[in-house]
Amino acid sequence: MSDAKPQALRAEALESLLIEKGLLTSELVDEVVHRYSERVGPMNGARLVARAWLEPEFKKSLLEDATAVVADYNFEGGEVQKLVVVENTPEIHNAVVCTLCSCYPWGVLGLPPKWYKDPAYRARIVSEPREVLTEMGVELDDDIEIRVWDSSAEVRYMVLPMPPQDIEGKSLKELETRVTRDSMIGVQRV
Amino acid sequence: MDGVHDLGGKPGFGKVDKTGEDEVFHERWEGAVFTMVGAGSVAGAWYHSDQFRHAVERIAPEAYLTHGYYGRWLGGLETLLVEAGIVSRDELEKKVAEMGGADTDLVAANPSDDPDPLGEKPAKPGARRSVKTQPLFSVGDRVRTSKDSVPGHTRLPAYARDKVGEVISCHGGWVYPDTAAHGRGEDPQHLFTVRFTSEALWNKAGFSVSLDLFEPYLALEESDV
Repeated sequence: MSDAKPQALRAEALESLLIEKGLLTSELVDEVVHRYSERVGPMNGARLVARAWLEPEFKKSLLEDATAVVADYNFEGGEVQKLVVVENTPEIHNAVVCTLCSCYPWGVLGLPPKWYKDPAYRARIVSEPREVLTEMGVELDDDIEIRVWDSSAEVRYMVLPMPPQDIEGKSLKELETRVTRDSMIGVQRV
Repeated sequence: MDGVHDLGGKPGFGKVDKTGEDEVFHERWEGAVFTMVGAGSVAGAWYHSDQFRHAVERIAPEAYLTHGYYGRWLGGLETLLVEAGIVSRDELEKKVAEMGGADTDLVAANPSDDPDPLGEKPAKPGARRSVKTQPLFSVGDRVRTSKDSVPGHTRLPAYARDKVGEVISCHGGWVYPDTAAHGRGEDPQHLFTVRFTSEALWNKAGFSVSLDLFEPYLALEESDV
């Protein structure tokens, strides 16, 4: 008996078979792991958000046609055939989910965190978003409208969070570091 | 398909657990599964991502809830590799046994003895397609979703069936997952974002849920006034 989880062991067995069949190399696995760990991630979305905070024209384009804006950036990671960016305001708070699987805008946010793919978030954010957001640290007044986006087809969603209170005088680079992955999913404030 | 994957609104899951949220892959095998899914697609085990998604939906339900995201992907991948004849169940079991696996281990994969056809290889990458007909609905229309539970793959979650919402955007034509997932062709359909109030979905106030829904799921809701 091995100590590994059964699914880990089975994955290793399948990997070994696919290598024998010439359909895979372990170098490819290492390369893909490296790419998705280092070069694809929420830093891409953070660049869009910080720039939108500073440049009203850019923000307008992002909200009108994020797909076109992102195409110009040529981010690695792909998988965004159509991107919609939704804006948080003092009156409206947005949050993104995929209840049927775990659709997520890879090209701008990288691969999703574990909790996004787990049953609890997927089950609850569409039926009791206020409770879930409170538990995750986002307290919303009762008069704030919550808009949940359940990405059920190929369209992907990203939240444009509200800028921080102390945005005055901050540079683009400084602001980029303030944008978190969770704020672009809609479960955190900046 | 009303499978265990259709999680929206299902009770009993407790709080969101943020453990391990900063690691892209927690163990090497997760990255291997991610890479193998790419390799499986390249090897022609499926043509549309809808086919892969449906294979994940078909895995053992207890594995769906306990094996984690990459465990689910592994289940879908193995299902399609076996159905396509690229890997045989026997050779995989033999390899698992050699590596120390037990007969009692829960296996996620659930290959069918009579699998769907692979269908035609897509002429274009991605899922955007042109549709010859005009869209049936426009922004502002009130639409009612289908009340039918369908046996195969669909993008209309159970919680949004037989509900009335408002069309808030139109996204043009896309490959129809309900047919593409079963090798029955791309049959492109118009796609709409429909916003449902929390009153309509759950009979409570304070929020809305928007879903991207294909034209065949929807019918114009006649106004009473």
